[in-house]
Amino acid sequence: MSDNILVTTLDEALKWGTGKSLWPFTFGLACCAIEMMSAMGSDYDWARFGSDVFRDSPRHSDLMIVSGTVTKKMAPRIRRLYDQMAFPKFVISMGACASAGGPYVRGYSVVDGVDQVVPVDVYVFGCPPRPEALIQALKMLQDRIVAGKVKH
Amino acid sequence: MEDKIIEVNFGPQHPSTHGVLRIKVKLDGEIIVEAQPIIGYLHRNAEKLAEMGAYPKGMVYIDRLDYVAALNMELGHVLSIENLMDVQVPERALWIRILMVELNRIASHLIWLGTHGLDMGMLTPFFYCFRERERILRIFDEITGSRLLYNYFAIGGVYSDVTPKSIEMIKEWTEDFVDKLEEIQAILGKSYIYVSRTRGVGKLSPEDVLSYGVTGPMQRASGIKRDLRKDSPYLFYEKINFEIPTRTEGDVYARFLVRVEEMRQSARIVKQVLEKLPQGDFYNKKYSKPMLVRLKATGESYVPTESPKGEFGIYLIGDGSSIPYRVRIRSPSFANLSSIPTMLKGYKIADLTAAVSSADPVFGEVDR
Ligand code: SF4
Repeated sequence: MSDNILVTTLDEALKWGTGKSLWPFTFGLACCAIEMMSAMGSDYDWARFGSDVFRDSPRHSDLMIVSGTVTKKMAPRIRRLYDQMAFPKFVISMGACASAGGPYVRGYSVVDGVDQVVPVDVYVFGCPPRPEALIQALKMLQDRIVAGKVKH
Repeated sequence: MEDKIIEVNFGPQHPSTHGVLRIKVKLDGEIIVEAQPIIGYLHRNAEKLAEMGAYPKGMVYIDRLDYVAALNMELGHVLSIENLMDVQVPERALWIRILMVELNRIASHLIWLGTHGLDMGMLTPFFYCFRERERILRIFDEITGSRLLYNYFAIGGVYSDVTPKSIEMIKEWTEDFVDKLEEIQAILGKSYIYVSRTRGVGKLSPEDVLSYGVTGPMQRASGIKRDLRKDSPYLFYEKINFEIPTRTEGDVYARFLVRVEEMRQSARIVKQVLEKLPQGDFYNKKYSKPMLVRLKATGESYVPTESPKGEFGIYLIGDGSSIPYRVRIRSPSFANLSSIPTMLKGYKIADLTAAVSSADPVFGEVDR
């Protein structure tokens, strides 16, 4: 009985720690990436939410923000980068394009939704979403991680 | 020595590719023997999709070409359509267009400056540039209602008027922007590391520039004085005093100086426009919004404009219906990027990021 309590408590502590120290992956695809940079930048400063260390290598990071149109040429690369990330890993799909194809959904070279390639935890709508929306998505993801509701 | 040559892949995911560029580099030790850019990772069929809807509907895709300077893209499109359909535009709308386009040119160059600093290993300019850029975006937010992609220029004018509040905001911004720019320039230009990493790197001779069709700041940094705002004036550019900064070195450092000076000139233009902005309509009343999608056109039209990256224009063919028959995009980044093999050949691998980022490629526009 006491063992169980100890294990759950540790688990909780781990989840809390994971949620509050997400390291995002510098991975810009299209227009939404500019708004992602704004969210990192001086005015919105999303380091306030414990997620400030943007890493350039997938092996260092645990949050992938798919910010832009996913084309058929890029989709296998996204999957590969995702596979290279170490567990625990999370994905935010930013913008209409990454979530469902957006304005380019009728195009012959566009994948309608990055969720066909990698599992997505939080979708953000907008074309492009404002930085506030991305920050809200981050908060939402943190809450889900703490509550243990994420996909992996 | 032949067998010592190794091949290295740069991108498509790399913090210094400014998007999704891939470069195949052949190295002999540290020296680049051959560099081959591979594009197409963001091919979104903008041309085809713009040919699927009425003329103003294409604006959505044109906006998303060069997403850091969306208004400059819209200008090329809207001028081409107006030329095709012989639309009269009220004076106030034309002045508003100049104002918005120049502000957006500054925003685009600021992004370039910030990310170029990042590529050279300096984080501070990024935050300074974004601070300044956010002020411009707040002005855009006030006038157009969005931050990045605006859909603001309509056939026959603009969609909403410039309010007195936004004029106040712009005035406030013009007061100290140039001083702030000085500060940002000093961080890079007075840094020994930055200057020694960029001087004499990624050189393009005037002959290279002409043979690749390189335009914009890159061309002017190589000593060719060509700016469409002066050479074939559109809107009211002939009524405005400004200079075209040129350098003769043709290296990365020269491109940096040209772009910074261009921002100063654009700020000068913005000041003059505020003085000259006439009262009146901001769109042609004959072209009310619901009827825009029913406009028909026949013929061909191409109006070259000076976007922050270079010559931008849209070649339109109308076949008498309300849907364009052909929308061909002349994108400057694509031509500028094609000079990369020449720019890199013979330099060290460490110069690669400096040279690539000095081309300021934006992939929405390269891959279309
Ligand atoms: S959702 Fe809109 S802003 Fe974002 S990448 Fe797609 S087209 Fe660009």
